[in-house]
Amino acid sequence: MTTSKARRTARRIKAALALTGAAIFVAGCGSSGSSGSQTGGSGSVSGQTVPTANLPVLKTIGKGEGKLNLIAWEGYLSPIWVKPFEQQTGCQVNAKYAGSSDEMVALMKNGGGGQYDMVSSSGDADLRILYAGDARPVNMSLIPSWKEFFPAFQSPPFNTINGVHYGVSLQWGPNVLMYSKKAFPTPPTSWSVIYDSKYKGQVTVPDNPIQIADAALYLEKHKPSLKITDPYELTQPQFQAAVNLLAAQRPLIEKYWDLASQEIFDFKNGNATIGAGWPYQVSTLKADKFPIGDVIPSEGATGWADTWMLAAKAPDINCAYMWMRYISTPKVQAEQAVNYGETPDNKLACVYMDKIQAGSCEEYHANAPLSYFDSIALWKTPIATCDNGKADCVPYSEWVSAWNTEVK
Amino acid sequence: MGFRVSAALWRRPWARATILLTPPLAWFVLLYLAALVVLLITAFWQINPFTTNIERVWNLGNFTTIFTSPAYRGVIFRTVGMAAAVTVVDAVVAFPFAYYMARIASSRTRTALFVAILLPLWASYLAKVYSWLLIFTHGGLLDWSLSHLGLSQVHLIYTNWAVFTVFCYIWLPFMIIPVYAALERIPHSQLEASEDLGARAWQTTRLVMIPLALPGIVAGSIFTFSLTLGDYITPLLVGGTSANFMGNIIYTNIGIANNVPFAAAMAMVPIVIMAAYLLGARALGALEAV
Repeated sequence: MTTSKARRTARRIKAALALTGAAIFVAGCGSSGSSGSQTGGSGSVSGQTVPTANLPVLKTIGKGEGKLNLIAWEGYLSPIWVKPFEQQTGCQVNAKYAGSSDEMVALMKNGGGGQYDMVSSSGDADLRILYAGDARPVNMSLIPSWKEFFPAFQSPPFNTINGVHYGVSLQWGPNVLMYSKKAFPTPPTSWSVIYDSKYKGQVTVPDNPIQIADAALYLEKHKPSLKITDPYELTQPQFQAAVNLLAAQRPLIEKYWDLASQEIFDFKNGNATIGAGWPYQVSTLKADKFPIGDVIPSEGATGWADTWMLAAKAPDINCAYMWMRYISTPKVQAEQAVNYGETPDNKLACVYMDKIQAGSCEEYHANAPLSYFDSIALWKTPIATCDNGKADCVPYSEWVSAWNTEVK
Repeated sequence: MGFRVSAALWRRPWARATILLTPPLAWFVLLYLAALVVLLITAFWQINPFTTNIERVWNLGNFTTIFTSPAYRGVIFRTVGMAAAVTVVDAVVAFPFAYYMARIASSRTRTALFVAILLPLWASYLAKVYSWLLIFTHGGLLDWSLSHLGLSQVHLIYTNWAVFTVFCYIWLPFMIIPVYAALERIPHSQLEASEDLGARAWQTTRLVMIPLALPGIVAGSIFTFSLTLGDYITPLLVGGTSANFMGNIIYTNIGIANNVPFAAAMAMVPIVIMAAYLLGARALGALEAV
């Protein structure tokens, strides 16, 4: 019911985004996520400390300030769950929508400037925000539903450093292999199809440097001699192999897409028949009765995981804690998951998802997360210091210049 | 009182000028020039690769990268080549059109043509680019028309030919109007004199008309050239894998990499190119014709 309406709204939002030409939607749908190490490692960067680690945390939630200023992805502050929150708490939610991870990082500069309270940032932005000193420690004992989260999202390395939490995890999702069922009567099982010259001129992938990680993930399985263990931590030879793979892929590409709406357009019109995309594009095309298929191939996939991070200078801290309490409860988690098309972090959300839309728990993998979760390499910012402490990994800035100068 | 003020101002012309000019001049200096200066300064800084905070360390690293990397040099040449090609084609298309409007059409037809040229400017830029996307797309209007004519289909979408076509279309009015203004200004007597002296129609056009219209053509080319030089949305929407232009590099570095200093350094390139272009245009007398 509300679902298809919400999708339409989401689509309109996206059309509007496309029309302003301003938003790189690449990041829009939660363009980034994080955490390659799935067990909830420390996430700490050697030689770097979080400047705000010792700030005192809130002991008890007091009276609300009457307002809450949030930086969010489009579609993350739907009236479906924001209205009840406002009625329950008296905290008026003011939304500032950001189009990319980097816009979020920029808005959060100087601790949110004393203006913003929280940001729904993704894993690749989180570490940049908290190491810049723009996020504030959170007292998790004030957020009861956090204990119902899947263990991987309770203290993930992208928002928890040395046991200090800087926000509460939200939702996550995969970047899937999309294929037109007209061109592929049998579903492809490997990412190799997007590197296969047989499909020249039919392939579409995101116009985003983080795409290098997708190539690295593919090489991890197909070129074991490179010894890739984490697609976001690449040494120079591993990085070069991934970049070379993408440079060889370029002649096959019909379009590097910037906006989700572009990819939808290209599948609908037959400009592309195979490519990488998000569950959002799949559900939109399905809703339009287009024969689209999606699969997480045998190599696994990359994905994103978002967090509500608390700004260092949050002016409405009581309302912010009320929001974290509220957004982590199973019912609200289910509402957002079904509406947006992603996987909730709260394991009790499954029942509520099926109530909203039968079969949606299964569709978004909210019931079988562990093996599924292990197949997804969540996006994180590539940094020079590898997990083993050596400083021989290629940092993100070089990913960007390689994408612009060697791939495209 | 009012009389005394106006009398005082009348006696002091410099005070009159100061009061009149201060607000617009302050606006220009503060908002326009100051922004450019900040841009220039930022280009000599760099970012921390991890936090993407700007580090105020003076260096030429950004410019070195731009001018030593074959990829970025390629982008600059591609952009300038595209801007030049669009300008030439628009000038060739605009001249006969403007000539017809200025010297042949009845005043009624002229009004109709003016409306036809100016009306698209009222429509959203994006709406126009998206309609070209629908024309070029697989099975779109172009494919459909060609197949009905029994011709084979052409693959234009997501190529630089598509980008070129859309640029030529979108900037055409900016060429027609100054060329029209220049042609209209040519006194009829001069053309008659040329004919009386035995020049053929083609000679009159080549030796009298085009030289006199040249400032208008150059004025129009300033628009078409600079607008193409800075645009990134058309390549983003209808361009394919080689649609990497200067504007796209700037956009990517601000929007995705958050590398404002590098974007600023890249933005200096079209500014320098345009400055050189404008100096050349001034030498041709185009700036007086605008």
